[in-house]
Amino acid sequence: MWIYEKKLQYPAKVSKPDLRMAKYLITQYGGPDGELSAALRYLNQRYSMPTNVTKAILTDIGTEEMAHLEIIATLVYKLTKGASAEEMERAGLGGHYADHDNALYYVDATGNPWTATYIQAKGDPVADLHEDMAAEEKARATYQWLIDLTDDPDLIDTLNFLRVREIVHFQRFGEALDLVQEYQNSKHIF
Amino acid sequence: MHREQLELLKRIQALEFTATEFNLYLDTHPGDQRAFIDFSNTVRELEQQKELYTRNYGPLIVDDTARQPCWNWIDDPWPWEIEY
Repeated sequence: MWIYEKKLQYPAKVSKPDLRMAKYLITQYGGPDGELSAALRYLNQRYSMPTNVTKAILTDIGTEEMAHLEIIATLVYKLTKGASAEEMERAGLGGHYADHDNALYYVDATGNPWTATYIQAKGDPVADLHEDMAAEEKARATYQWLIDLTDDPDLIDTLNFLRVREIVHFQRFGEALDLVQEYQNSKHIF
Repeated sequence: MHREQLELLKRIQALEFTATEFNLYLDTHPGDQRAFIDFSNTVRELEQQKELYTRNYGPLIVDDTARQPCWNWIDDPWPWEIEY
């Protein structure tokens, strides 16, 4: 189970509303390499993991991804706060306004809805952990591209926090992969 | 949100982040006793700061509300509404 804590993992801040950045940033909410994909991928893969290390790391990183999802939601909320229909349309968000008004929705930067085809669960721990490591690198790159698209120092600060978390998660998944392979070799499973 | 409350919240976020870092590290290094001690000390300090926050400003988790004078769990600001 999970218990909700009424606080963000990191103080998510923006200097000013910015619909253009909101349109791009939403991809880390509902895009292929976004936080929803990450959380659902890891929390779903844990059931076929053979060792306690891998069960724990997928549970704990998956849980942290839920906290990151909330940070992204907060940033989009702040970037779009008080925007009118006209302003949304000028920023290329007219279609979003028609379907969702100012509500958040799980879409990528071009408006495609989130799909389970973004994630996989192979049942093979080595295959799944390699996917997880690739996912962290793709998310890290996405945060870098997003940072390149803005000059808002507060937004960059929060995105940089999230970018660095991907590097740490990649490291931990790599360690878990090594341990799983050691375990498999010791059990003579090929 | 008043400055003092915000500063305490940020202190809690920083301590919680430290605990999370030790948590993930210890998942793949469960035998590192020194890291385990650092984790335990961080969590102890985090718990104290959270208790101070809850006593002065309201609940962080719903169960904290049991020690509040009334059902203030629903009171604002919600996390996405806070201006840092």
